[in-house]
Amino acid sequence: MKVLVPVKRVVDYNVKVRVKSDNTGVDIANVKMSMNPFDEIAVEEATRLKEAGKVTEVVAVSAGVSQCQETLRTAMAIGADRGILVETATELEPLGVAKLLKALADKEQPQLIILGKQAIDDDSNQTGQMLAALLGWPQATFASKVVLEDGKVTVTREVDGGLETLALTLPAIVTTDLRLNEPRYVTLPNIMKAKKKPLDVTKPEDLGVDVTPRLKTLKVAEPAKRSAGITVPDVATLVAKLRTEAKVI
Amino acid sequence: MVALVIAEHDNASLKASTLHTVTAAAQCGGDVHVLVAGSNAGAAATAAAAIAGVSKVIVADAAYFADGLAENVAEQVLAIAGSYSHILAPATAYGKNILPRVAAKLDVAQISEITKVDSPDTFERPIYAGNAIATVQSTDKVKVITVRSTGFDAAAATGGSAATETVAAVADSGKSSFVGREVAKSDRPELTAAKVIVSGGRGMGSGEAFKILEPLADKLGAAMGASRAAVDAGYVPNDWQVGQTGKIVAPNLYIAVGISGAIQHLAGMKDSKTIVAINKDPEAPIFSVADYGIVGDLFELVPQLVAELG
Repeated sequence: MKVLVPVKRVVDYNVKVRVKSDNTGVDIANVKMSMNPFDEIAVEEATRLKEAGKVTEVVAVSAGVSQCQETLRTAMAIGADRGILVETATELEPLGVAKLLKALADKEQPQLIILGKQAIDDDSNQTGQMLAALLGWPQATFASKVVLEDGKVTVTREVDGGLETLALTLPAIVTTDLRLNEPRYVTLPNIMKAKKKPLDVTKPEDLGVDVTPRLKTLKVAEPAKRSAGITVPDVATLVAKLRTEAKVI
Repeated sequence: MVALVIAEHDNASLKASTLHTVTAAAQCGGDVHVLVAGSNAGAAATAAAAIAGVSKVIVADAAYFADGLAENVAEQVLAIAGSYSHILAPATAYGKNILPRVAAKLDVAQISEITKVDSPDTFERPIYAGNAIATVQSTDKVKVITVRSTGFDAAAATGGSAATETVAAVADSGKSSFVGREVAKSDRPELTAAKVIVSGGRGMGSGEAFKILEPLADKLGAAMGASRAAVDAGYVPNDWQVGQTGKIVAPNLYIAVGISGAIQHLAGMKDSKTIVAINKDPEAPIFSVADYGIVGDLFELVPQLVAELG
């Protein structure tokens, strides 16, 4: 059984992004880029399924500029067997990515696609669900536990106020939440091995997909700043301020 | 122009997130209809019809809508999507799960987690964990939108008298089934709906230490939350987490105890009306967003605070 794992190259989660002074976007020049953390969890989960003998091949997929090859190499260092990059300079939106992934899924015929629940740059939380709809597959988003057996996948999901468990027929889509697993550290020997794994490059046109953006970004601005308040000397002053000044208790 | 709101409900009642979404829908400029897809969801439909500003409630009732499976609810939305200019759902686990399926099938982009409606086709939404606000314009015929509750006031739950129409339920997809649910039991309000939140961080030092916050939460009728550091350290359950990857909250009063104020945490609570920080480190970033800060040992200050509240 084959698993597809889409991975996105994003600004590293430790970087504090800055809005460009002309308000056209955030400044990502000379900023450290990494694999989206939720996607790393997806690659780890697929790798563990392979190590457990439930999966035979893990294929990592990315879409974007040619540097996304580095992200695919990281996925292969964690455990993916090969990589596919859909190379394009167009700014991709989730709908476009979902269409690219559908075209690849039609070709590769995986039984399971595991994606991160959202990317930490545009915070959209859409691609997995959109892909499921385009393929006509069932989905389990925000997974904290995945059990694959007997032609179905049982997934525990993190929902508001608790957990929920769903059973899906295969093929299916799973999106990962933070507590699904802790991705392993990538070791040097595995990084070296990953360099030798196959990586195919294709283009949206080759897949017959139109990725033209549907949204126009008119402006990107700093959020309203919250000014620091005051330090109070003791609890009595705090309670007095909360009662008479803030009027919140 | 008519906007359709996908109601989040538990069949017996509406979730508060639905009321906030109705406000955003009304700001899109036209009439507001609400879809209640559920199982024996008459009570939820009645509640939806009473929301001020809603002109029509559409009910689809079937046993396989009971647990809000995305495949089935999305199909039901698509079955009635025809004439709507806007389709909105709350940006909660429920709405985020369903709505992208609808957008993809309609071949339109989704605009996620809007915090402001600038015009019927232009919206503001936070990106990069709230470190930037993007203003985006949709060029699609239908605007498919999820709504962040903290960005919009709740519509009045009473005062409306919408007509109710029952539509035929779409067929069960048969591809996913509900197995079970573990709901965290608590007498406290839900984090995202609470007026007051008392949160603890790594500074608490242990799960046991969170007990010191309970009398404070009791006094204030508060929900209890935590930073990701405290959750990752195993002090408290995952669903307590406030932050970019946890819950986004905006209560009237947020009391951060032993929380340093990592970017990821601030992203989840900085829209709170009043923020109080209790921390022993005067340099902690939390003080840069707090209205009132006290520097000192939380194990002394929290009991004092409880006593002072009387």
